[in-house]
Amino acid sequence: MTSLRRTRKVVKNYFQHREFSFTLKDDIYIRYQSFNNQSDLEKEMQKMNPYKIDIGAVYSHRPNQHNTVKLGAFQAQEKELVFDIDMTDYDDVRRCCSSADICSKCWTLMTMAIHIIDRALKEDFGFKHRLWVYSGRRGVHCWVCDESVRKLSSAVRSGIVEYLSLVKGGQDVKKKVHLSEKIHPFVRKSINIIKKYFEQYALVDQDILENKESWDKILALVPETMRDELQQGFQRHSNSLQRWENLKNTINKYQKNNKNDKCGPWLEWEIMLQYCFPRLDINVSKGINHLLKSPFSVHPKTGRISVPIDLQKVDQFDPFTVPTISSICHELDVISTKEEKENGAESDIKHRTRDYKKTSLAPFVKIFEQFLENLDKSRKGELLKKSDLQKDF
Amino acid sequence: MEFSGGKRRKLRLADDQRNACYPHSLQFYLQPPSGNVSLTEFETLAIDRVKLLKTVENLGVSYMKGTEQYQSKLEAELRKLKFSYRESLEDEYEPRRKDHISHFILRLAYCQSEDLRRWFIQQEMDLLRFRFSILPKDKIQSFLKDSHLQFEAISDEEKALREQDIVASSPSLGGAPSGLESVYKIPFAEALDLFRGRKVYLENGFAYVPHKDIVAIVLNEFRTKLSKALALTARSLPAVQSDERLQPLLNHLSHSYTGQDYSTQGNAGKISLDQIDSLSTKCFPPCMRQLHKALRENHHLRHGGRMQYGLFLKGIGLTLEQALQFWKQEFIRGKMDPDKFDKGYSYNIRHSYGKEGKRTDYTPYSCMKIILTNTPGQGDYHGCPFRHSDPELLRQKLQAYKIPPAGISQILDLVKGTHYQVACQKFFEMTHNVDDCGFSLSHPNQFFFESQRILSGGKDIKKDSVQPETPQPKPSVQRSKDPSSTLDSLSSALDMDLEELEELLQ
Repeated sequence: MTSLRRTRKVVKNYFQHREFSFTLKDDIYIRYQSFNNQSDLEKEMQKMNPYKIDIGAVYSHRPNQHNTVKLGAFQAQEKELVFDIDMTDYDDVRRCCSSADICSKCWTLMTMAIHIIDRALKEDFGFKHRLWVYSGRRGVHCWVCDESVRKLSSAVRSGIVEYLSLVKGGQDVKKKVHLSEKIHPFVRKSINIIKKYFEQYALVDQDILENKESWDKILALVPETMRDELQQGFQRHSNSLQRWENLKNTINKYQKNNKNDKCGPWLEWEIMLQYCFPRLDINVSKGINHLLKSPFSVHPKTGRISVPIDLQKVDQFDPFTVPTISSICHELDVISTKEEKENGAESDIKHRTRDYKKTSLAPFVKIFEQFLENLDKSRKGELLKKSDLQKDF
Repeated sequence: MEFSGGKRRKLRLADDQRNACYPHSLQFYLQPPSGNVSLTEFETLAIDRVKLLKTVENLGVSYMKGTEQYQSKLEAELRKLKFSYRESLEDEYEPRRKDHISHFILRLAYCQSEDLRRWFIQQEMDLLRFRFSILPKDKIQSFLKDSHLQFEAISDEEKALREQDIVASSPSLGGAPSGLESVYKIPFAEALDLFRGRKVYLENGFAYVPHKDIVAIVLNEFRTKLSKALALTARSLPAVQSDERLQPLLNHLSHSYTGQDYSTQGNAGKISLDQIDSLSTKCFPPCMRQLHKALRENHHLRHGGRMQYGLFLKGIGLTLEQALQFWKQEFIRGKMDPDKFDKGYSYNIRHSYGKEGKRTDYTPYSCMKIILTNTPGQGDYHGCPFRHSDPELLRQKLQAYKIPPAGISQILDLVKGTHYQVACQKFFEMTHNVDDCGFSLSHPNQFFFESQRILSGGKDIKKDSVQPETPQPKPSVQRSKDPSSTLDSLSSALDMDLEELEELLQ
């Protein structure tokens, strides 16, 4: 009677074939780092003191031995599907800040982006293991870690980004969103999410119809025939909320008259989408070998830790209260002093390193551990399924 | 597969066994063929399929896919070459078997480089698209099932739940969600071309594809599978190539010219030397026109030019004596010593007429040969102007030939898409004032022949005596055996003696 075939708990050499890259002081960049185990990684980090740590793909061979491999044989085989949403990509539509700056008024863009993208990844694509991480300065990253997703080809990754893209065009393009007559469910659902935030974000915080300079930008997105009437209408009202209502009414009026120009709710949605819909960088997502900042690393410019974001509390996430490396170190010192007083002995290194759970990093670590637990459960479930199929009787 | 050198042996199967082998008029070529095939049949099958795929390419460039003209012309070619394409009352076994085996033979020839693979996959996809498009609705589901494609048609309840979303997602469906046809549920990654443009409804990792859009998916699947198969084939190719019977065939198949060889047309002596200048501007293809002009201007041509142009002249009917006179006259104008000509050049001319050495009657170069081999360098005038001229230079040449600007941009577009022969066809159409040249250009002598035909009003040429696309048996006496016509054209493409080729194949 044969027993259950033994299936590996972990893919052989998965960690050993993973690429890491370090950026050292003075911008020295070292790629194709790889390690035997956690301890080796820790030692190297302590030795080299990298300013940035990036995670890359799992390769066919140990990355640190890639030079010894026959040409063409060293290949990236798997990697998590990642997304990078950066606030600078919205500079044309946010009035409060520009470039690397962020504030509470524009952070809503990230909130909306997370809701819209995460919904699609989960409900449309069926991806189960999605980790959203604050980048440390002006954006967010998403790591999709489902086993099948890690194996997706570059073409499919590009296709996913394309599916999720609506805002097209650079500086030279005024109108960046064009909706067809038929609205795809993805677009409809995204618009519904934006609607929840639009009034507060766009009409109050950003105040996009505050004055002529700002509303002229909106008028550039509507057909010429409407512009004069809207100009006059806007003059008559005193705030963005009123002017937006005026805009909607005017558009509806025109829909009943003109069949040619794009009007009706489509025009209204196109404006909302241009101001609020997420903007993804395709290059980050499509390459299997693309490197991305590791969660929990320290941002060299702000000192903030790249912490995971609780998907149940996205709206409450505040990048300005994210712990920094200095604040954590300070907290650790306080804890250590306290413990010395209580226990009367010097806490050893091991004890100290576990103390991070007593700092403000704790809730973020919890999110991460929960995420890993789910991933583990999933894998065990898959393995069980596979071994069930292989059972001999 | 086994190869027998002797006469071809037909597999004798009972009727229902035959039908079971090939239940559909098209297939995905998932299983390689088994059984025996003679070497002769092996070549015939391969060459016929190359012809078919070249027609597919040509039609795809000349007409929009799916239009009536495209479809009817492609069907005609399939029928002519006896490949399967649609269900009919006739015995389908042979055409389907032919389709099956020839595809696998060509995999061996076309797996060898990235360019060849890309070309092969593109034409096979277009062929499959056509066949799938004429498949009757009721046959589609059974075909998909037999091809092991994971396409599950969803139940009516499932359809009803999602009807609005499916209709809103698919541009191919109309506005009103009335009477939705079958909807197939497939893993999203297999519907790449649909979901990337948001042209399909996605839910929980699955794409809900309405019947109309299933073609795109099927083709994507096919492309993926074929691409992988070609990579695998390339790996096992060395073992196949070590079979000496197959090596020369496979090496040259992708470059082989499969039409008439234009060496003996029975028109030898019909051209007089003083006609050549005017013929060169009226009837010569641009490659030969430029060679003639260079010869007249420089009183000399380098070896590559002499071979390409000299053999062309032989093909249009210049006898050996005329050729010797022609070249000598011109070279002497270039202050060459007549003795030097006799010693150095006349031998080569006699050689190319089969009067020296192994006495091979060399055949004029086909377009393929001119385009792919012997790239011209500085000081050379041979090659194909559409392939080898820098686009700006080509534009100037076309202007000098008085092609109208619209025609020039059409030609340059074709050149950009690497459709050199079609560009030359366009050139023919412009210079002869016809809308459709009516032939698929693959040989410079064909250009000349067709040009003469139009200019002489088609009066002197009998319709049935010349079919430029099918190989004609050579009337030459040298052959001891009675080879099939296909071996003839193959041997000329290889510039080999037929006897040498047969030795290799035995």
